[in-house]
Amino acid sequence: MRTSVTGRWALRAVALAAAISTSLGSSFALAADPVKIGSVVSATGPAAFLGDPEAKTLKLYVEELNKKGGLLGRPVELVLYDDGGDANKAKTFATRLVEDDKVVAMVGGTTTGTTMAMIPVFEDAKVPFISLAGAIEIIEPVREFVFKTPHTDKTACQKIFEDMKAKGFTKIGMISGTDGFGKSMRAQCLKVIGDYGITVLVDENYGASDSDMTPQLNKIKNTAGIQAVLNPGFGQGPAIVTRNYAQLGITLPLYESHGVASKSYVDLAGPAADGVRLPAPALLVADKLAADDRQKAVVMEYKTIYEKATGQPVSTFGGYAFDGMQLMVKAIETAKSTDPQKIRDALENTKDYVGVTGIYTMSAKDHLGLGTDSFRLLLIKGGDWVIEGK
Amino acid sequence: MAEFLQLVFSGLTVGAVYALVALGFTLIYNASDVINFAQGDFVMIGGMGTVFLAAAGIALPLAALMAIVGAVIVGLLLHRLAIEPARGASPVALIMITIGASIFIKGIAQVVFDKQFHSLPAFSGDTPIQVGGATILPQSLWVMGVALGLFVALYLFLEKTLLGKALLATAANRLAARLVGVNVTIILALAFGVSAAIGAIAGVVVTPITLTRYDVGTMFALKGFAAAMVGGMGNPLGAVVGGLLIGLLEAFGAGYISSTYKDAVAFVVILLVLFFLPRGLFGGRSVERV
Amino acid sequence: MAAKLLNSRLATLVFLAIIIGVIPYLAPSAFYLRVAAVVWVFALAALGLTVLMGYAGQVSLGHAGFLGIGGYAVAIGPAQFGLHPALCLLIGAVIAGVLAFLVGRPILKLKGYYLAIATLGFGVILSLVFHSESQWTGGPDGMQVARVTLFGWRLSGSANWYWVTGGALLIGAWLALNIGASPTGRALKALHDSEVAAAGSGIDVSAKKLAAFVIGAVYAAVAGGLLAAMNGLITPDAAGFMHSIELVAMVIIGGLGSVLGAVVGAAFLVVLPQALTFMHDYEQAVLGFLIMAFMIFLPAGIVPTVRKWLLERLS
Repeated sequence: MRTSVTGRWALRAVALAAAISTSLGSSFALAADPVKIGSVVSATGPAAFLGDPEAKTLKLYVEELNKKGGLLGRPVELVLYDDGGDANKAKTFATRLVEDDKVVAMVGGTTTGTTMAMIPVFEDAKVPFISLAGAIEIIEPVREFVFKTPHTDKTACQKIFEDMKAKGFTKIGMISGTDGFGKSMRAQCLKVIGDYGITVLVDENYGASDSDMTPQLNKIKNTAGIQAVLNPGFGQGPAIVTRNYAQLGITLPLYESHGVASKSYVDLAGPAADGVRLPAPALLVADKLAADDRQKAVVMEYKTIYEKATGQPVSTFGGYAFDGMQLMVKAIETAKSTDPQKIRDALENTKDYVGVTGIYTMSAKDHLGLGTDSFRLLLIKGGDWVIEGK
Repeated sequence: MAEFLQLVFSGLTVGAVYALVALGFTLIYNASDVINFAQGDFVMIGGMGTVFLAAAGIALPLAALMAIVGAVIVGLLLHRLAIEPARGASPVALIMITIGASIFIKGIAQVVFDKQFHSLPAFSGDTPIQVGGATILPQSLWVMGVALGLFVALYLFLEKTLLGKALLATAANRLAARLVGVNVTIILALAFGVSAAIGAIAGVVVTPITLTRYDVGTMFALKGFAAAMVGGMGNPLGAVVGGLLIGLLEAFGAGYISSTYKDAVAFVVILLVLFFLPRGLFGGRSVERV
Repeated sequence: MAAKLLNSRLATLVFLAIIIGVIPYLAPSAFYLRVAAVVWVFALAALGLTVLMGYAGQVSLGHAGFLGIGGYAVAIGPAQFGLHPALCLLIGAVIAGVLAFLVGRPILKLKGYYLAIATLGFGVILSLVFHSESQWTGGPDGMQVARVTLFGWRLSGSANWYWVTGGALLIGAWLALNIGASPTGRALKALHDSEVAAAGSGIDVSAKKLAAFVIGAVYAAVAGGLLAAMNGLITPDAAGFMHSIELVAMVIIGGLGSVLGAVVGAAFLVVLPQALTFMHDYEQAVLGFLIMAFMIFLPAGIVPTVRKWLLERLS
């Protein structure tokens, strides 16, 4: 009896091994020699709420593209892997894209950690890589084959501080998430804050899975002289901060980051979100953009397609993936070639591309090409966005 | 004073959440000596289930009830399909089985539900209650009340009912319990079902405060487990006291010292308790059987 | 004769060496070498747990913490102090060993679940330190590791790292086999069976347990250092709870106490996500299911079961 059970298991192990070797082998023998674009995102794991809309956007985009006849007259094949937020796995999948799938370009990398792990693979293989992660280290110093679409934290900080300065706030409190996003943004904000003559009186943190931030907010409440509060963070943390803020009856203006620029933040925070300000791309206020706004058409198109297909509201993060893929596709069209080197050169020469996140103009010195003008400062009023400043 | 009171409120709110989760650990551990790492996922099923059923148009109380029933079914299946076949396995193997179950449940949940955060409306509104210059949300009182209610119910069940005594007897000596006529399999299934219900009830009550997502179970399991352990594994009173203690220490640590190592508090406490009181605050003294 | 061969230490080593030697000739692309190199690294970490769990019968649910120590030593040493990475690998191993020695004494007094939660807590605290001390560790996004040069030869690419990690694994396996056969190893196995009986027959139980804990920590730290250097990056989640669980799962799935088992278990869990990519959204569910299924239906693990099956056929 015992041996028969193990025998079965041994058989299964062999079957699994066979399945592995076929799926790892060159199994994608599609007709018409497709253009292979690779992606590794964190569709599961702690960063899933970023990676999930990214994965959905990339798939939708490629579907639509193929419906319209593909690229250079060839179909496009998206080779998409999920790293679960693990940098080690991300690097392995990146190697797989380059060595095994032989992709000509890559759009992905949900977090800064996974992006940094994958950069050497694409640099060594000389394959263009557009990252969807926030940190400025990805493009500073400039790496030949690495680009990114998300605004840097620095521009978000600058946008917020511009507004604070205009309103005459010089003393603020900060409460930051200790996740990668929150920490990186806090550091960037502290770097540029001096330029605006603003000082931080209280500087607090909270963990990524904390469910009550009243102790930290209470400190801010009890510090005299604070005129406004800034909360760099993403995920559920800022929603809880916003609720606790209202619970404690703090009436100072609260600034959130672009990390929560999504309808779901407003839903989670509820009425407490009223009066909160945050920098966000045009995508969030698609229907409120002026008719002559250059971004209006592209933003409306993406929003309509995404929300129809997924039933979920668009988020900034899906938008980053949209712009990343669109930039790559445009570069391949411009290059009229799938040679990675030529794609890279075309990508670097991107001029005045109107995307959902902003208007990109790249150069040999700037592999992002977005300024603070890509952000709009939004105010939440009655559960909806109001554009405060351009 | 107001600041102190505010920290106490914060600590009690979070502590009651931990206590609720810890109570779920208690029953399964009492009956079967299994520490169920999937306990946090029952909490998730309670919360996420209610959110999605309510979104489908079902009235909130009914949605909550259905979610709790759903969690109970998952609990019974967990026992029948994973724990029962592995009878006699070592503690490490049992831990790995429940961790595997936890990964499995999360894996299914992210497909059945989604990967975004969700919330439920607070039961009695969001207007904070002012006490001595500090504020507390009505939902916090709900969490504390439910934790207290479940604790009393669990205590009475274990101490005063025949079934409860049968359960404790099963834990103490499975063979002897069987000899005196206890149907051990049913008792164990019952423990898993009720634990799942406790977890899911906790999920419904805490979601308006903590929010929920397919993977919140891990955090709940670790903190709730720490709470149960600090109090002394298997003791309902220990679960509540352990939960509140950790919640209060986290709040005071964050309020008076620094919030950077808030998540370490539970584990530092656990290491200290284990080093000096190896069976927890309320654990019995027992002799190792050879 | 065949049965004797199956049980011999040399045969295990030769078998492992042949596998490591042959794979590069069969691999269709460098990607396979990358996967194999990751397997060798995790197998090395799992070998440490084999000594602790398989030989001494003590569980650790925080072992990835030691892996993190090794990784951050290789990251921080060259960046902050200008030390050579190879030296940092050694320093990381020493730090992990000393730390294990210090915390091991009180922790290893605990038994069963209490030991499990204490090691879990220790691991969580370590990963929180890596997460929080940004000025040293780069914070949650991790830290870049400078590329390694050894005798003027720049280590890069999957092929080079394949041989480095494969060599490290062979050395690690040789040491683990010898530990198993040494008087300490036999004492450990005795206390695995019954601590009370072992103490009764004159074995210094707590000293032996501590030795196993320190050895396990050193293995994990070396593996962590290699992993960080190979990836050019280390992140705090490498030291996290889920990775500790993964290490324990490798040891149990492969076969508790078996050196080859650690390698097979590591191969299983590293290759699995690569094999499951076609499952997309169900990947995690399948992983959880397989962990449960192995624990329930194959509690002895793959290698001991296969060995027993072979022995029965041969006799």
